[in-house]
Amino acid sequence: MSDVLQVSALRTHFFTHAGVVKAVDGIDFTVRKGEVMGLVGESGSGKSITGFSILGLIDPPGRIVEGSIRFNGAEIANAPEPELQKLRGNRIAMIFQDPMMTLNPVLRIDTQMIEAILAHEDIPRQTAWERSRDALGLVGIPSPEERLRAYPHQLSGGMRQRVAIATAFLNRPDLIIADEPTTALDVTIQAQIIHEAQKLTRQTGTAMIWITHDLAVVAGLADHISVMYAGRIVEQGATDDVIDRPLHPYTVGLLGSVPSANKRGQRLYQIEGMTPNMLAMPTGCAFAPRCRAATPACDTAPPITDIDGRQLRCHHPQIAGVAS
Amino acid sequence: MSDMIAPETATPVAKVETPFRRFASEFFESRIATVALCLLGLIILLAVLAPWITPQNPYDLAQVDVLDGRLPPGSEAFAGYTMWLGSDGSGRDLYSAILYGLRISLSVGVASGIIALAIGMAIGLLAAYAGGRTENIIMRVVDLQLSFPAALVALMLVAILGKGIDKIILALVVAQWAYYARTVRGTALVERNKEYVEAAQCLGLSRLRVVFRHILPNCLAPLIVVGTVQTAHAISLEATLSFLGVGLPQTEPSLGVLIANGFEYMLSGRYWISVFPGLALLFTVVSINLVGDQLRDVLNPRLKK
Repeated sequence: MSDVLQVSALRTHFFTHAGVVKAVDGIDFTVRKGEVMGLVGESGSGKSITGFSILGLIDPPGRIVEGSIRFNGAEIANAPEPELQKLRGNRIAMIFQDPMMTLNPVLRIDTQMIEAILAHEDIPRQTAWERSRDALGLVGIPSPEERLRAYPHQLSGGMRQRVAIATAFLNRPDLIIADEPTTALDVTIQAQIIHEAQKLTRQTGTAMIWITHDLAVVAGLADHISVMYAGRIVEQGATDDVIDRPLHPYTVGLLGSVPSANKRGQRLYQIEGMTPNMLAMPTGCAFAPRCRAATPACDTAPPITDIDGRQLRCHHPQIAGVAS
Repeated sequence: MSDMIAPETATPVAKVETPFRRFASEFFESRIATVALCLLGLIILLAVLAPWITPQNPYDLAQVDVLDGRLPPGSEAFAGYTMWLGSDGSGRDLYSAILYGLRISLSVGVASGIIALAIGMAIGLLAAYAGGRTENIIMRVVDLQLSFPAALVALMLVAILGKGIDKIILALVVAQWAYYARTVRGTALVERNKEYVEAAQCLGLSRLRVVFRHILPNCLAPLIVVGTVQTAHAISLEATLSFLGVGLPQTEPSLGVLIANGFEYMLSGRYWISVFPGLALLFTVVSINLVGDQLRDVLNPRLKK
């Protein structure tokens, strides 16, 4: 399988008045054709900024200071705007968290979908309309002709997220970045949306980066998982490995804090402390202040190590899987 | 697995409820606004139809007889028709003069309103979109402009430019564009940071397209409200200038000129020459303002019950 996206040593920093925020601070990952990568982390860990860096939509005072983003072999980090504009919505599409907010409230669905096609292809309106209709049908929207005439407020949240997914797939992109697309939805709708997304990636061979804070969501969806903490990927590997045998204490903690039936009655594990202040990062491992396994060795930043085909940034891999 | 995931049930869309239709039904909830809109419609109709429903063309000096001057309401003119609202000092039938005056007042108000809106909107959008220094410079100019009373700005300009409809319109545009610019910029700043703008960018749409096709339509609601109120303001401003004698010429009397003409007769008991044009102006401005108020209530989500 060929690599659709190769991110290496990417650093995106924000130069604010209070200081430099290293939102993304040296991350590497690869996404192959037809593959789903789960990018997991808590709020402020830099997941979304990673997504926006790929699309070249980092607004000042932020910018990509270092690293390379190779998309289908071509370098797109800090590429000129017209070039990026050709990629956006065409080769790389994005799905956002809140479907209530991402559709323009005053434009009809057909207007918005047709516009997305015509921005990249010079085809008759009618053809674009037909393609929009077919795309809506593909994501399980009944009577798509009627839906196309509707305004966003006439659709439910789940329906709107389906429209957003259909729009993302309109131009048959090579990569879709889904930024917490199910967070704002009910659990039942969540399952349907994940199912639709999974089905479409299998059918079209589109690669996908699924950004989420919910390990349970990516467990059943992603081929690979990258766990982000404070702007760095701390653990990365095949989904089953990461879920079943987490090596990084942070991943262990995350998994330990997911409620499940066999932990009934027990106190749920909780990672103590708060995410570090992005303006005053610890010099060594960013997770050390909250880590139970931390030793003086953690004052130096851990290098990336390879264990069982997994990349890890930790001095003390939890080989035995000792959570609480 | 597949039967578990049934497609979402369709909510029936019996009648496509467009934003406009929803807005119209909310607008007519208020009786006062409905009456005001009807009154405004009637005033516009009268003004448009003036040449066909008036007995006299007050601009045609051949039809104006000085002997008919200062006749009280209900008198018969020399030409044989009844002057229901009386006549002014130069023998113009007031009913005819008021309808013709309304024509001028309304067209000056609407024309200056539309031009000021277009200019103010473009400048405001540019400011909001460009940001930084461009925005600062534009908004300081707007502040400067708004710190002068609109009447003063218009008065100075007309004094420099001279009389005439085109000059009045120009003066009103200069006096009012800043209100539109400020309104649009304020709304556009809010809209620019909404997620749908980011989503539109992610679709690869060009900047101009995002600004004009996505941001602008979302700024229209406050713009319509300001537009209505400012049009009413423009009409009364024009009347003020004409009343002061720097607006439209005597040969093309707008409502302001008519009021000014009758002013000298007020103390001699010939009230009708000023009062009737004054009432026409009052009804016009008040009905526009009432419509504007209701528009604001309907279009501002924060005032919704």
